[in-house]
Amino acid sequence: MRKVFVDVTAVFSKEGILVPISFVWEDGERYEVDKILDCRNAASLKAGGCGVRYTCRVCGKETFLFLEDNRWFMEGK
Amino acid sequence: MQRIILHCDLNSFYASVECLYRPEIRALPVVVCGNIEKRHGIILAKNEVAKKYKIQTGEPLWQAKQKCPSLVAIEPSMGKYMKFSKAAREIYLRYTGRVEAFGVDECWLDVTDSTRLFGSGEKLAYTIKDTIQQELGITASVGVADNKIFAKLGSDMKKPNAVTVITPENYKQKVWTLPATDLLYVGRSTGQKLRKIGLHTIGQLACAEKHVLRGLLGKWGETLWTFANGEDVSPVLTLNHEVHVKSIGNSMTTACDLKNIEDVKIVFYVLAESVAERLRHATLVGKTVQITIRGTDLCLIERQGKLTCPTSLASDIASKALEIFKGQWAWHNDVRALGVRVTDLMAETDHGQLCFLQEEAQRARRQVLEHTMDAVRGRYGHYAIQRALHLAKPILKANPIDEHVVYPVSFFR
Ligand SMILES: [Mg+2]
Repeated sequence: MRKVFVDVTAVFSKEGILVPISFVWEDGERYEVDKILDCRNAASLKAGGCGVRYTCRVCGKETFLFLEDNRWFMEGK
Repeated sequence: MQRIILHCDLNSFYASVECLYRPEIRALPVVVCGNIEKRHGIILAKNEVAKKYKIQTGEPLWQAKQKCPSLVAIEPSMGKYMKFSKAAREIYLRYTGRVEAFGVDECWLDVTDSTRLFGSGEKLAYTIKDTIQQELGITASVGVADNKIFAKLGSDMKKPNAVTVITPENYKQKVWTLPATDLLYVGRSTGQKLRKIGLHTIGQLACAEKHVLRGLLGKWGETLWTFANGEDVSPVLTLNHEVHVKSIGNSMTTACDLKNIEDVKIVFYVLAESVAERLRHATLVGKTVQITIRGTDLCLIERQGKLTCPTSLASDIASKALEIFKGQWAWHNDVRALGVRVTDLMAETDHGQLCFLQEEAQRARRQVLEHTMDAVRGRYGHYAIQRALHLAKPILKANPIDEHVVYPVSFFR
């Protein structure tokens, strides 16, 4: 699997929590994050990295979005 | 009351971090090693696959490549390792406030008071090991015991990714059968002395008469006897986030009086090397260097100076000490004793990049160099690698830790 870095639009809530709203996949398409199901520190063995892992629902599917230092990445096929 | 101590060791630390970031090399033999293009770099870490080829930390790359031609060699990135080291410590701190670092990849945890909340020491060891694997993508091995010495031996028994529990019931079988040189601070020269009187294993050391060990090794001999019997009571010190030690220093009355700046330089480097090694073990850096000079007339002066950036490098410490010395000593007398001390300490992982960029690149190289010296000495003994200036006057050089000219305080602090 590949490590795919993505542009993310995110909001800092007034409680100080960082919430990703949407991201641009490598095909140039923007996808909305419909819901965040989980958020924790985790490694990605598949893509090779570690940071804060958001489990997101996007287009009805569950997918991981990782924040590593100050870059966002996803696990590509 | 019986304590519960864990010793957590991140397995093949540098190599594991590199393998996490490069999935494509995980199944290959991998080493982390400085100076790759010149082939005479020294192996700083190896992954499990490379271990099967009997590749060893501290050996040169060209030799390792003879054992395994397909070896993948990667240059170290210390900044990345520091980040993981700090993240692991933050995980430990969720379970106890009593965490003591020993180098970048090892920590002791006193979890005696945490067990009511988190379960037995063994259960906690598994929880911590699994958390590290999930959150950091690398593995740890954990030793559980009622003292720091046995816990450390335990973490080495089964790895990677394993837990070993040493109990009053099993220590004679698990610990006493190990070679005496596996004990913390039993280096080559101490090991040799012990072998000469027929003490090969930790068990034999434990069953020896105390006064015999005292005769052989001085007070240090009794300390080792205590280690071997699981009776070490030294506490786990919380050092990382609040720095409790104020300074780390060594001093030495030299074998002959020092008559010129070259002699002084040699001794400063001996002292600075052992201070630097202790700083690195405690994962600390310091901003101020203090020196003491005692003349043959026994008058004592003490002076200090600030460094441009916090350091744990012998070269920084020694050159600062020398600079201060040159400004203070007019050579009305010869020098009988010297001391070097580093103060204004902070955790290595917290200070970040405080230096200018070009200087930083140079420092990164020297950092790798000194870590390489640690690796070579760890494997082949203190005198296996020395600064050229120490060859000039052998009478002035000494291995401060193994020959306990200076007590190995990094453990007792
Ligand atoms: Mg280790």
